[in-house]
Amino acid sequence: MELAIKKTETFTSTRNACKLCSPLGASLVFKGIEGCIPMIHGSQGCATYIRRYMISHYKEPVDIASSNFSEETTIYGGNKNFCTGIDNVRHMYNPAVIGIASTCLSETIGEDIPRLIREYAQLHEGEQIPVFIHASTPSYQGSHMDGFHETVLSAVASLANEGATSKQINIFSGFISPADIRYIKEICDDFGVEYMVFPDYSDTLDNPHWKDYQLIPEGGTPVAQIQNAANAIASIEFGTIMNKLVSTSKSSVAHTAGEWLEKHHSVPNTRMPLPIGIEASDVFFKTLETISGIPTPRHHARERGRLVDAYVDGHKYVFGKRAIVFGEEDMVLSMVAFLHEIGIETVLAGSGGESNSLKKEIDALTSGLYPNMIVMNNLDFETINEMVDELKPDIFIGNSKGYYIARRLKKPIVRIGFPIHDRFGAQRLHHIGYRGTQELFDRIVNALIEYKQEHSPVGYKYI
Amino acid sequence: MKTKVTMDPERWKAEVLTKYPSKVAKKRAKSIVVNEGDEVKQIQANIRTIPGIITQRGCTYAGCKGVVLGPTRDIINLVHGPIGCSFYAWLTRRNQTLPPTEDSPNFMMYSFSTDMQDSNIVFGGETKLKQAIREAFEIFKPKNIGIFSTCPVGLIGDDVHAVAREMKAELGINIFGFSCEGYKGVSQSAGHHIANNQIFKHVVGLNDTPVEGKFKVNLLGEYNIGGDAFELERIFEKVGITLISTFSGNSTIDSFELAHHADLNMIMCHRSINYLAEMMETKFGIPWIKVNFIGADATAKSLRKIAQYFGDAGLAAKVEEVIAEEMALVAKELESIKARTQDKTAMMFVGGSRAHHYQELFNELGMKTLSAGYEFGHRDDYEGRRVIPTIQVDADSRNIEEIHVEADPTRYKPRKTEAELKALEEQGLKFSEYEGMMTEMEKGALVIDDISHYEMEKLVEMYEPDVFCAGIKEKYCVQKMGIPLKQLHSYDYGGPYAGFEGAVNFYKDIDMIVSTSIWKMVKAPWQKESVIEAEYAL
Ligand code: SF4
Ligand code: SF4
Repeated sequence: MELAIKKTETFTSTRNACKLCSPLGASLVFKGIEGCIPMIHGSQGCATYIRRYMISHYKEPVDIASSNFSEETTIYGGNKNFCTGIDNVRHMYNPAVIGIASTCLSETIGEDIPRLIREYAQLHEGEQIPVFIHASTPSYQGSHMDGFHETVLSAVASLANEGATSKQINIFSGFISPADIRYIKEICDDFGVEYMVFPDYSDTLDNPHWKDYQLIPEGGTPVAQIQNAANAIASIEFGTIMNKLVSTSKSSVAHTAGEWLEKHHSVPNTRMPLPIGIEASDVFFKTLETISGIPTPRHHARERGRLVDAYVDGHKYVFGKRAIVFGEEDMVLSMVAFLHEIGIETVLAGSGGESNSLKKEIDALTSGLYPNMIVMNNLDFETINEMVDELKPDIFIGNSKGYYIARRLKKPIVRIGFPIHDRFGAQRLHHIGYRGTQELFDRIVNALIEYKQEHSPVGYKYI
Repeated sequence: MKTKVTMDPERWKAEVLTKYPSKVAKKRAKSIVVNEGDEVKQIQANIRTIPGIITQRGCTYAGCKGVVLGPTRDIINLVHGPIGCSFYAWLTRRNQTLPPTEDSPNFMMYSFSTDMQDSNIVFGGETKLKQAIREAFEIFKPKNIGIFSTCPVGLIGDDVHAVAREMKAELGINIFGFSCEGYKGVSQSAGHHIANNQIFKHVVGLNDTPVEGKFKVNLLGEYNIGGDAFELERIFEKVGITLISTFSGNSTIDSFELAHHADLNMIMCHRSINYLAEMMETKFGIPWIKVNFIGADATAKSLRKIAQYFGDAGLAAKVEEVIAEEMALVAKELESIKARTQDKTAMMFVGGSRAHHYQELFNELGMKTLSAGYEFGHRDDYEGRRVIPTIQVDADSRNIEEIHVEADPTRYKPRKTEAELKALEEQGLKFSEYEGMMTEMEKGALVIDDISHYEMEKLVEMYEPDVFCAGIKEKYCVQKMGIPLKQLHSYDYGGPYAGFEGAVNFYKDIDMIVSTSIWKMVKAPWQKESVIEAEYAL
């Protein structure tokens, strides 16, 4: 094992990356704002690729505009393209919000997007122009997750403003599925609290079939709620690793939206790992109880009870199994803690993210019980592939990109996170809370049972 | 419900254009043409998409790495740039490959990237690139490595070609670079051209070992989506034609090195690969003809063309025998299906040739193509090669190198004499000719280049075709409008659709699509009523 680590650490190239690029994360957040059209400022290829990737996961229309740089633009700057792009997006969509993300190209030539926005606004003074949100997202400074959190922060920092006090609870739920977001909203509704979930792409990226085609799908966090975030009674933030981009490049004032609101508008912030597993979900429900002064509704308490019951019944299938977990850092972190809770040992936890804090966080959450666990960030799939044989895993947990390794080892893989393009219904998967944990637990147990059944010389029907 | 089919195309066009800002409308008007029956009208194509208008198009790099080099298994494709560009092109096209043995090199499932970081952007990435090449060599010992530049690379001025030369000398394997930065051209098309150039310069003709075979051909512009190449290989083998190389479905660099031994080049996708055919003709004397193996009749026609070219009675007889045998099976399947597909309507917006080729299959099903267009075609793909001299060269096209080719001093060998060629032309076999999509489309059909998202919505809304063909990016948008979308890039994970067996697969899939009742359930019963009310209210 030692050897494997030494050998792979020296690699310069990334072989089968375990991360996506920054403007993809930004686009996701923009899709979670009501009435928003994303525009990627750079060459058209990036926008096309990002659309393609999001569409194959969510199976929904995803409109993302591009300012379509040419060689000439790279020399003389993107001002003209920017204005034409915005004009056309306004004309075709009449959006309330335009979210602008930069690319490696526009960042390399040093495009000053805030200035472009200012100039555009000056040029169109007196007109009703959309709200602009800008996120700086060069991929050579971070992955899709950095782009995601950067965009959440810049949306809040540019829109939130102080006004009358409100009872709103801000929930910054991180990169979870549309079904997860709907579930959070259901929980908050059941508590009877006022809340904002941001970003909320639960409708925009998982639409019902429409009666009439919607140019901009309905749903998304209303701008008014983001503005009101400054007056909220509290913020809850999922994820403890979050945003490398901000921590390395931006001011040290705040790394996340929750932190920013706390520093600038005194909104108390509670940060917690993504609530996967009973313990982590308890933290979330407890926090809601504390903030609202309302006890957890019976309906959810019973869901918890059923989950405990399932843990007891399913224990024999999972205990002592060895897992390999990969994906976004915060997702991996919470997944490892959940697996620890149900008695599965994670032998390798990996992510393409580059926070350098994954190991520290995992140790903290699992009380340092797994000194032999290999934890790597800045990791690619080939590195995993080279290490797995000796690790003798029983199960893989992660996105579709790791399928080829599981296939080579003939071991089951439970698909979570993003991207999932070789299974149906990724948008409807739950990961968090008692319900999400239940679903995950069932899927993991069944994957292990199925494996056992298929490899048994006797075709057991009771297992 | 289908009465909308009779919608006047000119009226559609006028209505759609009014929604654009006037400058945009003026530009788009030239790319939307109502087809005339006899005389082909001019269409504007291969010009930059207007910023802010959502397009189907990808970038130059996508065309170079993803399309042309993507399906070749014995080359390591190293993407020099930040991570996204490489990740997004990682096995996203559904080309298949079949290495002869388990140990044969196959690197298609890998995505290698230099994953540029801040410091590489600031200080240059050449050192990192060299190191990455050494590593790729260490791990896999490949015989070939290709380096693909993405947008930021062009700007910071890394010289991938110099690095390639240096590493080629150091490692003793074939290494070459592609300056295919995404912004270079208006679409994937520029990337095809760049790929053609580099493959021609660095690979074709490297191996002079003679190739056995009486009728030796190359197939160009076939990418083995859904196993198309396997079906075509089956047919060629059956009739006794030696396929030296396919550019680039189920292909190897090894086979490209031998391509100059062929006596005929057959072009499927004219857009992506005609440059290679032209250059091979100039350098080695291999003539090219346009073929199409999409559609059973089209396949038969193309096979006959090959037989005609070789002028061998035995081959001609064998071709007829195979056609008779295969067509009998095809006809049997088609008979029962056609009753359900007859007179249905289709639209297709894909690629640089598929939007043309698939009209054949729909014709066979008795279906009418109401509208079609390319994502990255040029005027010659619409109007025919005769218009090439009149195409204006703009800044974007000038960006792409035109390499100067001369006849090879020792290996140039005309395959036919002038007189033979002339005789064949007189019999109807056309060399170096592609007549384009519009000549074969009906009068009144709408031809739309680089269709925008908005135009697509309007087409679906106002014409309600029975099936709309495009790609994954369009799929869920069209289906939300209650019209089924068939993907012609990935085939919706079906296929093969080429050749005879492929045709039958396609008939069945389209039958399934146009006969399914799910589309009737799109509206819930309570919605149906309210819709009627709404319509009356109007
Ligand atoms: S950066 Fe350039 S090469 Fe990469 S995807 Fe975008 S347009 Fe294509
Ligand atoms: S250039 Fe940057 S933003 Fe564009 S696809 Fe590549 S990594 Fe992503």
